[in-house]
Amino acid sequence: MLKPGEAYHVAGPNGISKTSLMRILAGLLRPFSGQVKRTGDVALLDERSALDPQVSLGKALAFWADLDGVGQHERHACTDHVGLTDLLDVPVRFLSTGQRKRAALARMQGQQAPIWLLDEPLNGLDAAGVALTEIMVADHCAGGGIVVVASHQPMALPMARTLELAEFIP
Amino acid sequence: MRRDLALLMPGGKRGGSILPLLFFLAVAMLYPFAVGPDAQLLARTGGGVIWVAALLAAILPLDRLVAPDLEQGVFDQLALRGISEELALAVRMAAHWFSFAPLLLLATILAAALLSLDGETLRKVLLGLLAGTPGLAAIGVMIAALTAGLRGGVALSGLLLIPLAVPILIFGAGSLSRPDGAGIALAAAISLVLVAIAPFAGGAAIRAAREG
Repeated sequence: MLKPGEAYHVAGPNGISKTSLMRILAGLLRPFSGQVKRTGDVALLDERSALDPQVSLGKALAFWADLDGVGQHERHACTDHVGLTDLLDVPVRFLSTGQRKRAALARMQGQQAPIWLLDEPLNGLDAAGVALTEIMVADHCAGGGIVVVASHQPMALPMARTLELAEFIP
Repeated sequence: MRRDLALLMPGGKRGGSILPLLFFLAVAMLYPFAVGPDAQLLARTGGGVIWVAALLAAILPLDRLVAPDLEQGVFDQLALRGISEELALAVRMAAHWFSFAPLLLLATILAAALLSLDGETLRKVLLGLLAGTPGLAAIGVMIAALTAGLRGGVALSGLLLIPLAVPILIFGAGSLSRPDGAGIALAAAISLVLVAIAPFAGGAAIRAAREG
């Protein structure tokens, strides 16, 4: 149970079904038992950026921004925030793993959903990117959002409670 | 829709190339060489050849239709925004049709000249293709969604296509040998049924691929 402004850090070794749990929380998979109750939209960040590799980063992000009804000003703010403003004309396929992850972060921030599900958000990010993600999560919680992070890496999230999945194995 | 079109149109970003069209014209060009230059024979069989070539041209881009979006998680992200797989596939189907059918109809006029079809036959082929191509697009999207999550999906596409496309082909190409337009009307009816069920069948397939 998470109230607005709270966060969970789902931890555990590889293969313990962190990703499955995230997909169940997002409503993409059905749980075998139990149920998920949530109020508000949910944004998911996972291994796949969902950005078309062939088009420029700006256009790929604009597709989702149009769907989410994001204004021009916020779009700039989002890409600026993750440090990708200079790369908007570059096709997504030329971006590095870390840059794609940053782009996905920008996409998720633009979605303006109150619930964030981050599945291994730190993969491929450099030290500055990790710090950026931690700040984004902290800001989101401070603004009354809910965050669930699944990561096998340690993250500096002072407000988050840790959920060790290994403790729940029957 | 705009994104889908930009990706799929000839010269589009997803290599939605001009290849199906060239393939279609190549068949029309090579067929006379294969069966000999007998104008009567060509005129009699030409309509059917155009139909088969159109069918094959419609399935050439299948592996790029749905699979890349499934791999990149686009359908997942759409689902989170409350856009169902059915809607996404209906849009995809329309974009797929626009990407091959209008140009195919134009190319048919060229192919008819190569196969020495008379004006009446050409009119019937064009009307028939207009009625049948939405069905072909629907079959394409359905098969693409069904095979998107599978290994060797392309090989399976070919097998799946045969039973699904036979009705359209029977009535569409069959209309050429009948004086009335019944065949075209039936091809159009089958097209409508396929267009109606394809988004639902494809949507179910994508959700099933997610569980797998």
